[in-house]
Amino acid sequence: MNPDLAQMFAYFLVFIILVFICGLYCLLASFNLIRILIGVEILIKAATLLIILAGYICGASSLAQSIVVTLIVVEIVFMVVAGGIALWAFRHNKTIDPRELSDLKG
Amino acid sequence: MPFLLLVVLNLPFDVFKKRVAFWLTGELLLFQILASGSGYWFPWNICPDRWGIFFGFKLSPDNLSLIMLFTIGLTALVSLLTAAGTLQSEKQRFNFVNLLLIALAGMNTIVLVSDLFSLYLFVEVTALALFILIALDKGKAAIEGTFKYLILSAVAGVFMLTAIAFFLLTCGGVSFNALGAADGGNFFFKLALGLFLCGLLIKSGLVPFHGWLPDAYSSAPASVSVLLAGIVTKISGVYVLLRLYGQVFTVSASLQNTLLTLGGVSIVVGACAALTQDDFKRMLAFSSISQIGYIVLGLGCGTPLGFAGAVFHFFNHAIFKSLLFVNAASLEKQAGTTDMNRLGSFGAKMPLTGLTSLIGLLSTAGVPPLAGFWSKLVIVVALFNAGRFGWASCALLASVLTLAYFLSFERRVFFGKMEPPTAKITKTPGPIAFAEILLAALTLVGGLGFIFIIRSGVWS
Amino acid sequence: MIIDLILLSALLLAVLWTVMTVRLLRSVLGLALTSVILSVLIYRLNSPWAAVFELSVCAGLIPVFFITAVSFTRPISNTGLPAARKERSIRFWYLPFIVIGVGLLLSVYLKTPGFDLPGAVNGADVRVMLWNLRRLDLLGQLLILLAGAFGVVVLFKETKE
Repeated sequence: MNPDLAQMFAYFLVFIILVFICGLYCLLASFNLIRILIGVEILIKAATLLIILAGYICGASSLAQSIVVTLIVVEIVFMVVAGGIALWAFRHNKTIDPRELSDLKG
Repeated sequence: MPFLLLVVLNLPFDVFKKRVAFWLTGELLLFQILASGSGYWFPWNICPDRWGIFFGFKLSPDNLSLIMLFTIGLTALVSLLTAAGTLQSEKQRFNFVNLLLIALAGMNTIVLVSDLFSLYLFVEVTALALFILIALDKGKAAIEGTFKYLILSAVAGVFMLTAIAFFLLTCGGVSFNALGAADGGNFFFKLALGLFLCGLLIKSGLVPFHGWLPDAYSSAPASVSVLLAGIVTKISGVYVLLRLYGQVFTVSASLQNTLLTLGGVSIVVGACAALTQDDFKRMLAFSSISQIGYIVLGLGCGTPLGFAGAVFHFFNHAIFKSLLFVNAASLEKQAGTTDMNRLGSFGAKMPLTGLTSLIGLLSTAGVPPLAGFWSKLVIVVALFNAGRFGWASCALLASVLTLAYFLSFERRVFFGKMEPPTAKITKTPGPIAFAEILLAALTLVGGLGFIFIIRSGVWS
Repeated sequence: MIIDLILLSALLLAVLWTVMTVRLLRSVLGLALTSVILSVLIYRLNSPWAAVFELSVCAGLIPVFFITAVSFTRPISNTGLPAARKERSIRFWYLPFIVIGVGLLLSVYLKTPGFDLPGAVNGADVRVMLWNLRRLDLLGQLLILLAGAFGVVVLFKETKE
């Protein structure tokens, strides 16, 4: 792989890892169920970018695009269902604090 | 799998025929069991071709897939029977059946595809259907269990996606053929393998990634617990492990050691945690973690015998764990609680449940001549042959632990002294009883008839 | 190349803002902004179809859904805002430093990977042609949408009971 491409790949990779870290941090350190979902979203976006990048470097950009399109569909449905669950949690606990979800212990 | 498409597409008609949906699904599952059970004679070649031309893909069921299809069909049928006994309202039944069909279609396709991204996609399909199923009654505990499963499953999915991206980078494609042909020395390839493994471990509930499993199993409605424990966790996680790391990728020694360690630790931790539980569904959940550890231990051997043992234990675990969860369903329905401290002396009132659960737990613990004994024996023998004496003795000792906690469960629930509030219990409802008898019979038959199975060379 | 670097930095900043901002609605807006920048990046990486999809869905549909979800839950009142801001800043203030630190570390340590690229497996150049090869994924998408529809029915329709 020519060094130009490799250089670009390295830059992209660094940024993608940083976005990953942000997303993980948002997921782990938030006190709000909706924000946890936003963290998951950020993680999925980082993965999307990584897949497109891999496709670009490899030349298989059409494969990567079809993967990403399918992935986006999965993401939508997942967010809808997760949002529904979060809303029900709110209805039960009257709060969207994940620290309250500690009924099942042991 | 094509049959499932037909029935799933049948959904719009069911709007006014809700009662029929149940029976249709039952028939479908029976057909699937028969088709995959006699799979060696069934003309699998002609059927996929017709659909293949229509859909443009190739299904290629090999031995492993056929066994999995059989297991899936069986467990789904049992789950359906349990739902027939526990779910009462028409609307709930309708939703359950449809979601079950979606999950079933997803799982069948998982075992049939030969492409990594399609695998991931259908794993997510199954997981989504299960999320909704777990939260079907929307109780407080169910919502919490679902949410934890949801988040951890999403994180696992992201790990797997990242691994797919790296695989795409190093192999140029994501089909199994492309992956198997790639060189294993590349740093990114190894990274991808490791990441994918992490994602799979989260989904299959091995220690230390098992955080979601006890909550989800114990808070789900009874029939969904059967489905979840008996099949979904195992297919999404363990089957993919078996397929990829047993057949597609060449397994390195460090990977074997990792699998062995994780499997062994899961066995012990699961068993110890199960000893301390009060809620019997949670206890069964930890027991599941323990048994999945056995399967991974068998896989980590690296030998064909170990692989065969893992697959056989997979099948057995589906049977006996489903049996135990079905019994838990009937107990829960009768007593209204899952707290073992408050149950007792059910043996007199519900003899069928008591007997079948005794069979189930003896099989889990590996007592001869039941089926569980044979699969554990194969795994232990494979470990000995591969020279891993430490893990073999660990597996044997853990069997003792398994026996301990299960006997404690049996004693407390079925033979202990009766608490006054639980005095009003009746017999088990019909469909659940049928499911229990079916599974118990399979366990017995599997155990006694194991010699014949071995001789017919099924486990290639 | 420079444009890519600028876009990547903008993406990182948007993500940081999304994570660190106190008000939930602003976080959702940050998510939408992130999606926009991401779709531009994807477009620059020779994937126009994916870019369009990402833009329309993730920068439009999902924030709408999030805002709907947020509006069902109780928003932070204005009196509670300074306290919430203080609490959040205690937890989140070191995130930028972690990010910058890791970034520097990685850019120094990460040598350009010099491995041989494999050739593309099937050089199908038009995406619609690829759609014929991956029709199983279409089935998967259909199943997922069905599951989602059932999820909505199960979760959202039972509000009266």
